[in-house]
Amino acid sequence: MIIDILLQNYPLFFKAAWLTLRLTAVALLLGCGFGLIFAFFRVSHLKALNYLAHAYITVIRGTPLIVQIAILYFGISNIVTLSNFWAGALALAVHNGAYIAEIFRGAIQSIDRGQMEASRSLGMSYALAMRRIILPQAFRRAIPPLGNQFIIGLKDSSLVAYVGMMDLWGTGLSVAASNYRQLETYIVVGLFYLAMIMLFTYFVHRLENRLHTGKKRKKHKESTALPLSE
Amino acid sequence: MIKVKNLYKSFGSLTVLKGVDLSVDEREVVVLLGASGSGKSTLLRCLNFLEVYDQGEIWVDGRHIEPHKTDLNRFRAEVGMVFQHFNLFPHKTALENVMEAPVYVKKMNPAEARSMAHDLLQKVGMADKADVYPDMLSGGQKQRVAIARALAMAPKIMLFDEPTSALDPELVGEVLQVMKQLAKEGMTMIVVTHEMGFAREVADRVVFMDNGQVLEQGQPAHFFENPQHDRTKQFLKSIFK
Repeated sequence: MIIDILLQNYPLFFKAAWLTLRLTAVALLLGCGFGLIFAFFRVSHLKALNYLAHAYITVIRGTPLIVQIAILYFGISNIVTLSNFWAGALALAVHNGAYIAEIFRGAIQSIDRGQMEASRSLGMSYALAMRRIILPQAFRRAIPPLGNQFIIGLKDSSLVAYVGMMDLWGTGLSVAASNYRQLETYIVVGLFYLAMIMLFTYFVHRLENRLHTGKKRKKHKESTALPLSE
Repeated sequence: MIKVKNLYKSFGSLTVLKGVDLSVDEREVVVLLGASGSGKSTLLRCLNFLEVYDQGEIWVDGRHIEPHKTDLNRFRAEVGMVFQHFNLFPHKTALENVMEAPVYVKKMNPAEARSMAHDLLQKVGMADKADVYPDMLSGGQKQRVAIARALAMAPKIMLFDEPTSALDPELVGEVLQVMKQLAKEGMTMIVVTHEMGFAREVADRVVFMDNGQVLEQGQPAHFFENPQHDRTKQFLKSIFK
């Protein structure tokens, strides 16, 4: 039964879930930093920065995460000594950063150019207009796709198990290897991921709703238009 | 106050301004007329360097304004602009829209900026909507807030780029009323508009642009009764058909 696997191993699983959570949190936080920087590079007027960001995004999106983790893990350990945790977190951050950069770029570019023009016409510098006018609107618009990327990031963090980390998936592999009850063990692991993601989704929805009501949006009347499927 | 000399501006292979000369006196209200594509909006946008001209000179207040030498941010702070599509900041209330530039560009004390913003909203008849977000305002109300926002920087010149073109007909009047008031107070204004009533009543001078050049100009009464060029006559006929 699934229950007795949980009962026998719950300290291990909770410890592993905690590691997965910490790893993902650090990776995504760093990833947002990378993402923001490279998004700026993409919308910059400097060609060199455009190319740099473009190259980063192309390489990261064009290679499997597991390969990136392996290269970073073994590559970095040749140069500097990093703990498993930081090597894994860094690899995940570099990976997610590329996707987050595209999300931020899209959000920034989706803001009407009239906003920048109005800001500049009032005497604001480009940087001030970005900070005060464009980015606050862009962040709001980036929340749904960002939440999506965070979910993907949490699930993808399972790949660090293959460089020896005892995160949820790593722990699942090791438990299953010793009890020979793969099916039930993996279902337990799956349930842990599911619970974490459901919790996260709940908070993202609450955040979205709060931003919506904070803006006191007009309530849209219920549409009486013909459904497009008919 | 403003002197434009032989201004040229192209977008790619399209030359929009082909040697524009224009001068505007202090406290003068100039209405720019012309068919779409005649270059009037581009001229307006060149005046506060939202577009940078290719050739020519712009002098304001006896200062030669040069794109790579003048501090354009400081210069723009002295020239207010009102846009066809308002371009209010949707994440800020009406009051915050007006306060934003004084506080962050002029470094005005927020309390002081707040009371000034209140006064300006009062002036455009929007005091009761101070804490409302732009989404909840009608087009006319948005444009009045946008005018207050531009005035908050205490500009010497106000540029209006088709300020009523995106409005429902019944909302045009309230915006024109505010602009009329400004003109009466002696603001130097350049207005691109299709509101002939406004041009006739408020403008000191009407400037007709055609094909990237100033074709004809004059006092409104004279201009409307006695257009000189065929192109002008044709334009006026199409407007008053």
